[in-house]
Amino acid sequence: MPSLKELKGRINSVKSTQKITKAKQMVAAAKLRRAQAAAEAGRPYALRLAAVMASLAGKVSGDAAPKLLAGTGSDKRNLLVVVNTDKGLCGGLNSNLVKAARIKAQELLAEGKEVSFYLVGKKGRAPLKRDFAELIGGGFDTSNVRTPGFEEADAIAAELIGMFESGQFDVAHLIYPTFQSALAQVPTINQLIPVPAPSAAEDTGAVVEYEPGEEEILAELLPRYVKTQIFGALLEREASEQGASMTAMDNATRNAGDLINKLTIQYNRSRQAAITTELIEIIAGAEAL
Amino acid sequence: MALHFELVTPAKLVRSEDVHMVVVPGTEGEFGVLEGHAPFMSTIRDGAVQVYKTAGGAPEVIEVRGGFAEVSENGLTVLAEHVEG
Repeated sequence: MPSLKELKGRINSVKSTQKITKAKQMVAAAKLRRAQAAAEAGRPYALRLAAVMASLAGKVSGDAAPKLLAGTGSDKRNLLVVVNTDKGLCGGLNSNLVKAARIKAQELLAEGKEVSFYLVGKKGRAPLKRDFAELIGGGFDTSNVRTPGFEEADAIAAELIGMFESGQFDVAHLIYPTFQSALAQVPTINQLIPVPAPSAAEDTGAVVEYEPGEEEILAELLPRYVKTQIFGALLEREASEQGASMTAMDNATRNAGDLINKLTIQYNRSRQAAITTELIEIIAGAEAL
Repeated sequence: MALHFELVTPAKLVRSEDVHMVVVPGTEGEFGVLEGHAPFMSTIRDGAVQVYKTAGGAPEVIEVRGGFAEVSENGLTVLAEHVEG
């Protein structure tokens, strides 16, 4: 049975924890709205780019197709680009991502393929390093910018495309959380490089003129498409992080409240017991006289 | 009927409106797009997109960096990587 003083101390410590979780929850709620708006604002660009891609990719095929679209002709060496958050306090978000990445990696390894990792964000590094220490390749640090923007996506895409062109991998998969709601963020795996051939666009029958040529446009479009995919993943990550954080902190705040109630009851009971014992002692003393 | 013009960046949809004419800085030279333009696609160089709201009016100038312009029956869509201001 802890003493009254100890109980008091515990109640105070839980109270200050609750203050922190509550503050974090409110910050996350405020940031979530902004991150969600940003994720939604980024969608029109991605949609239109995908539409343009679809109409072009159908026209340029065969030997003329750039490497980014056609691939290297092999799918032996795989690169997993895992987008994790930089900060914790967001529940199971990162562990779910790591789990998805691990399953994918084991699947590929079981098929006899080579796997390496490219990690974006801080939180996935430690757990993945534990399992696949020798497979961790490069990484990109987004922790020094407040909200990762298009410049970061640009830098990541440039590095990945550079690695692809120097022949360091054949296929790249992008693993990131998709924001569904504050309660649900689903780890998603998309093939990033080679760019998956979009489902054939409806042929409008119109003859489209290209300037300069179709190949040149496609050659410029593909890196941009990769970049947009990564940018989208960063935006989704941001929204997911805030959503998960809000939910996790809401739970933590509620748990702290429950714990405070329980400790307070215990505190009051012990206090009452102490008073009763004291009274009994006094009465017994008085009777003995 | 006017030309439907959309200017989109990765960060947001900058413009979506009906205008009279837009002059786009294509890599192989500037081109103006009016309503009913034939389907056309071009990469663009860094420069100014001039939006003419009305015929003969003063153009609104938007600086863009890197991207594409696509003309389809739905109008003109400019996908720019970055827009000034």
